Amino acid sequence: MLQGWIQITLTLAIVVAITPLLGSYMARVYLHQRTLLDPILRPVERVIYALSGINIQESMTGWQYARSLLLSNLVMAILVYLIFMGQGFLPLNPTTLSAPTWDTALHTTISFVTNTNQQHYSGETTFSYFSQMMGLGFLMFTSAATGLAVGIAFIRGLTGRSLGNFYVDLTRSITRILLPLSIVGAVLLLMLGVPETLDGAAIATTLEGATQAIARGPVAHFEIIKELGENGGGFFAINSAHPFENPNAATNLIETVAMIAIPTSLIYTYGVFANNRKQAWLVYGMVFAIYLGFVIITAIGEYGGNPTINALLGTPQPNLEGKEVRFGWAQSALFAVTTTGTMCGAVNALIDSFMPPGGFVTLSNLFLQIVWGGQGTGTAYLFVYLILAVFVTGLMVGRTPEFLGRKIEKREVVLASFMVLLVHPILILIPGAIALQFPLGVNALAFPDQFAGISNPGFHGLSQVIYEYASAAANNGSGLEGLADSQPAATGLWWNLSASVALLGGRYIPIIALLLLADSLSRKQPVPETAGTLRTDTPLFTGVTAGVILILGALTFFPILALGPIAEAFSLGG
Amino acid sequence: MSLTRDISRAIRSTLVLWILTAVLYPFAMLSFGQIAFSNQANGSLIRNAGGTVIGSALIGQPFESDRYFNSRPSTTSYSTADPNNDANSILKTGVSGASNYAPSNPELQKRVQSEVERLKQAGIQPTADLVYTSGSSLDPHISVEAARAQVARISRVRNIEANKLELLITQHTEGRFLGIFGEPGVNVLRLNLALDQSNA
Repeated sequence: MLQGWIQITLTLAIVVAITPLLGSYMARVYLHQRTLLDPILRPVERVIYALSGINIQESMTGWQYARSLLLSNLVMAILVYLIFMGQGFLPLNPTTLSAPTWDTALHTTISFVTNTNQQHYSGETTFSYFSQMMGLGFLMFTSAATGLAVGIAFIRGLTGRSLGNFYVDLTRSITRILLPLSIVGAVLLLMLGVPETLDGAAIATTLEGATQAIARGPVAHFEIIKELGENGGGFFAINSAHPFENPNAATNLIETVAMIAIPTSLIYTYGVFANNRKQAWLVYGMVFAIYLGFVIITAIGEYGGNPTINALLGTPQPNLEGKEVRFGWAQSALFAVTTTGTMCGAVNALIDSFMPPGGFVTLSNLFLQIVWGGQGTGTAYLFVYLILAVFVTGLMVGRTPEFLGRKIEKREVVLASFMVLLVHPILILIPGAIALQFPLGVNALAFPDQFAGISNPGFHGLSQVIYEYASAAANNGSGLEGLADSQPAATGLWWNLSASVALLGGRYIPIIALLLLADSLSRKQPVPETAGTLRTDTPLFTGVTAGVILILGALTFFPILALGPIAEAFSLGG
Repeated sequence: MSLTRDISRAIRSTLVLWILTAVLYPFAMLSFGQIAFSNQANGSLIRNAGGTVIGSALIGQPFESDRYFNSRPSTTSYSTADPNNDANSILKTGVSGASNYAPSNPELQKRVQSEVERLKQAGIQPTADLVYTSGSSLDPHISVEAARAQVARISRVRNIEANKLELLITQHTEGRFLGIFGEPGVNVLRLNLALDQSNA
């Protein structure tokens, strides 16, 4: 068991060591300071700006930024939807796949353009290499860059700068952060065994004489941006558990670090922008403490194993259902907590088969959305919680709430509480209640007790349904995959359409609110700091923020946790 | 700013970024992979002396007979199918999958129960990896304990000394990365290939 904890500790140490390096690099990129890659990238970016008609001098207001973002995301979505629907005629289709159903194509497009990558399909049997490389792979870059742009615009507004230009931020996020790191990562993954080929499935005759189809494809370049961009959509059905996506512990380490590197580092980037690294590290420490606690809870659950199975085995053994031998309980638990916390959504072990502590933690991550959080947006949410904490403590001690010298007034509190407190629960609980209330799908009358395509009976069924909407609304993309959410299942259409609503609402409503909030903060006249100013870079204030996060973020959803994973744990008697 | 200009900028930037990230980047990586690491890039395939593909070093196979070290149970039978009766077109694309059984699902207990009984009848002490299905259904590894538990049976069927088998297991155990990360596992296909060669 000790060995498992050592691997987890060392992985986390690598993550912390990378934070100031990547964090200050990203700050240089977004502050338009000189970086090492300038001589190569300047001319490339000049060409991109010229071809796209972007004026780099132009600075946008919150509305202009939001409008550009929405329009560009809409155009990207239309392009990719057309690619999916035309895949039967397009090249690079060695396994001769026809177009998916319209609702699968629609849900997949929305899911990838929102940086979610919730998958209601199996990669190897649904999408051609053209669709994967030029549709899904494209959105993996742009949706991650869109999130980063929002995060950085928010940080700019918070620190009293003008928000910047969406297209410049979008472009620079790709050319300076996502693409260079992806190239390095793809080369490493390739060397370690991840395929990168346009050939179709290889047919093998096994030693025992059976015929085996080995699915292949251009995986390596796709795999790295999947992790780095918090995308999480697997090339293959079974995502990073597939030996071709994640063949060994070395690739697993790269993938784990890649998915958490940017959201952790972005907090440090904030510290550079605000010129207050102390506050950045305090907030970082708070999130790290929650994250570490979650890892420990999950890992203990998996290590202890399933009591009913242990009774059959005669000895306590780790829960390996849906897990690969090469990762074991420790790397599987760490991956699951990291992927749900960072809104990546890739999995190297099946979360549906995790013990109840793992179910509790992964659901909590989706509810809180800040245990690192999504690319760019997660960091912004974190500072929204800080603003709410300023407001709450300001009320308690009777001081005017100020954050970084800017007064927090009605407009800010309305935007912050609206998007943190209301949008997320509405998008999860209302469709969840509908799905649990009515038998759905075309053969509902024949099977009236089969609600919503639930595959696991009892308390776990509730978790499956709520998890699906929480994953969609939080733009995570992982799932309790036993749920019958894909075509041609009878409940496929329901899930494709209802999850699409949660995906779009969970992405664009908070993004618009964040940009407006940043805009209004950036326009405020800074007030000078006095002895009466409530300092926000103290351990005490950070502790209060943690309390606000747990009370506002978690209590809304506590009944779900109680009736899902907690009840399941009691039913197992573990 | 006019809406027309806004839309034109959105379309143009989408196309430019599409060419960069969806055409130039993947094809650069494809060319690099095919030239510099063609074995890995094409799936680490293993061929026999006649050049026929017999598997991939990274993908497991459904070993079930007494003559071979058995693999973990798989929900897709390791993406194998009968070529003459492949109703689900498994051989067209290859598949992966998992049981997705919750720990509280009675089906899980039923399945493990029958697996435990099967193993005990074969004289194998059940280990977690031999009764739980894997994440991908293609897991190439079994734990070292699971391999050791099968030594007595293989030794009897193949008439090979047990300590020779122990040595083969050690040779085909893939250790932790840097001695720290991941769990050691025995590559079942490679082990069984070595078994066939040592017997021949």
